[in-house]
Formats: sequence, structure tokens, C-alpha cells
Amino acid sequence: MSEEGELTPTEYIGHHLTNRTISLGDGPFWTLHLDTFLTAAALGVIGFGILWWIVRGATAGVPNRRQAFVEMLFEFVDDQVKGIFHGSRAFVSPLALTVFVWVLLMNAMDFIPVDLAAGFTEHALGQPNWKPVPTSDVNTTFALALSVWALMLFYNVKVKGIGGWTHELFCTPFGSNPLLWLFNFLFNIVEYISKPLSHSLRLYGNIYAGEIIFMLLWMWAATGIAGSVFGGVLALGWAIFHILIVVLQAYIFMMLTAVYMAMAHESH
Amino acid sequence: MNLNVTMVAQAVTFFVFIFFCAKFVWPPLTNAIAARQKQIADGLAAAEEGKRSLERSSLKANEEINAARGRAAEIVAQAEKRVSQMIEEAKNAARDEGNREKAAAKAEIEQEVSRAREALRLQVAALAVSGAEKILRREVDAKTHADLLQAVQAEL
Repeated sequence: MSEEGELTPTEYIGHHLTNRTISLGDGPFWTLHLDTFLTAAALGVIGFGILWWIVRGATAGVPNRRQAFVEMLFEFVDDQVKGIFHGSRAFVSPLALTVFVWVLLMNAMDFIPVDLAAGFTEHALGQPNWKPVPTSDVNTTFALALSVWALMLFYNVKVKGIGGWTHELFCTPFGSNPLLWLFNFLFNIVEYISKPLSHSLRLYGNIYAGEIIFMLLWMWAATGIAGSVFGGVLALGWAIFHILIVVLQAYIFMMLTAVYMAMAHESH
Repeated sequence: MNLNVTMVAQAVTFFVFIFFCAKFVWPPLTNAIAARQKQIADGLAAAEEGKRSLERSSLKANEEINAARGRAAEIVAQAEKRVSQMIEEAKNAARDEGNREKAAAKAEIEQEVSRAREALRLQVAALAVSGAEKILRREVDAKTHADLLQAVQAEL
């Protein structure tokens, strides 16, 4: 959406996939994706703010529609967690709710047509290169997955103790024979590395791919009347299908979080 | 795919949201839901209890009604018995009274009869004496034959 007029497809896609960055220090690590960070924070503040506002007026009597809706959401999350996690859900259920709501909201930013979002951020807010979907930034998904991973390690140690967890690392899943210790440990290392990778890259890949497909369709829509019609129709179809992906990925992310928490709490 | 400080920032944001959710969003609503569940369970238990107590009281009421009905029947039977007894007694009293009256009347009648007979006897005796006097006027001296006349009079 720059003023040079015609953009090549590469430029168009590159344009929409460039993060708005600010540098907090020397070196590439100290680059902050301002768009990802602020959009995610704003979505969280709005989403959890609304939940908080509704929950503050919660009554044990007859609930109004707002409360009934939020109760449905809570019951849904709690039921899912209950099926996986056995024990006190005082922390795990809110954790799952946080993950579900936040990831859902971030994924749902994909529904806003990219050029509309970019037009708003560039012309109304004066922020060029604002990527509106935080979960299509690998930083977000890794942050979430690694946080869950850290919580998993924390609860492993807290529930089983250092000794118990070490025992589990070396003696499961194959057995406690000393000859198998190395294999057990290697197996567990692979598992512990693959967990956050699969957890984060699944979400990132799905949302990123969805965004790319939208961009390809919008690009087609810019080629002429036929392109506009077919691109529009296909984009509508993809958007409808994307509703499923957006919710499903949020759901999967929540479920995996609950599963990892359950694994941390249960001894083998 | 460039990992940088954004990841740290996002993780911090994530933990803030988790804390907020676990502290301020989750407990109030789940508490409200739990309170409502308890209310509903209590209500159902109370309804069940009410139904049972209604059953108990209607059973008791039936018992009471049956007992009252039995007592009423007993009272009616007693009253009927009493009535027939009273009628019987009255009948007997009347019969006794009648008999007594009849006996008194009979006695009176007999008295009257004997009195009449006495009077009649005296009249007949007087008549006989007077007849005899008339027949025996000459031969019989009233004074001398007074004893005789007296004896005849007594015989009549």
C-alpha cells in the first residue's frame, strides 16, 4: 500500500509480511516486533477485560445472556481440561482459558482483509508495515509454547521433586534397567525438544499459511474484473473454511497445553 | 523466521494474562457457578423432601379420617342402641303403669261391688224382715222375736 503504484507480487506479499520493528539495543536479538507485541497485548486486554467486566457482575442466581455465554465458554474449557487433567484445576483451567481465548482472538485477526487492516494502520494510525495477526509471527507462538514448556518443567519438579523427575527421565518409557538409561534419557530429550517445537510451529504454520493464501487471492483480485469476482468468491470460501482453522488451532493449542500440564503432574 | 526479544515480550504478556485470568476472571465465575449448582441441588433436595412430607401427611390424614369414621360409626351404633333401649324402657314403664292402673281400678271396682252387695244385702234383709213381719204380724212379737229376726237378718 505504498505510493509507487504497481507492486510486483513479491513486493506485495513481502510488504504485508514485514513486521513493524523498533530496536531496543544492539544486535538483531534486540529487535522488537511492535505490531505483534501491541496487537497481541491489545487483543488480550480487550478480551480478558470484557471477560473480567462480565465476571465481576456474575450472579449465582439467574444469569443474564452475557454471563450465560461466558459460563458456556468456561464450562467448555473446564470440561476439556477435566477430561485430560486429573487433580486440582484451580490453575490449569484458567491457564487453558487464557490460551484458548488469547490464541483465538489473535488468530481471528486473520479475518480482517489484509489491505483493510494495513490501510487502517498505515493511514489512520500512521504505522506502515503493521502485521495484524500476532500468531503468524513465530515469536508469539514460540513465546506461548515455551512458556507452557517452562510451566511443564516447573510442575514436573514441583510435583515429582528433582529426584522423581530425574528418575522419570532415565527410567521411562523403556524400563529401569541401567543399560536402558541412556536410551530413556535420549528419548525423553527428543520428546522435550519436540514438544515446544510442534506446539508452536503447528499454530504458526496454519495461521501463516492461511494468511499467505488470503494474500494470493487478494493479489488475484487486483488483476481485473474476473480476478476480482473469482478472487472474492474464493476468498469468501477460504474465510469460511478459515473460521474452522482459527478455532481449531486455538482449541488444539489449549488441549496440548492441558495435556502437557497433565503429563507434568502424573507419574509414570 | 527471526526470533528476537519479541518472544520475551510475548511471554511476559502471556504470564500477565495467565495471572490476571487465574486471579480475577476464573474464580468469581466458577464460584458463582458452584454456588448456583449448590442452590439447585438444595432446591431439588427440598422439593424431594416436601414431596415425601406431603406423602407422609396425606397418609396420616387418611389414617385420621379412617379413625374418625370408625369412631363416628361407633357413636351412631351406640346411639341407636341407646334409642332402642330407651324405647324398650319406656314401653316397659308404660306397660307397668297400665297394669298398675288396671289393678287399682279392679280393686276399686271390687270394693264398689262389695259395698253395693252389702247395701243390697241389708235392703234384702230389711225387705225379708218386713215381709216376714207382714206375714207374721200377729203371732210374732217384734220384741220377743228380736233375736230370731236378728239371726235371719245376719243370715241374709
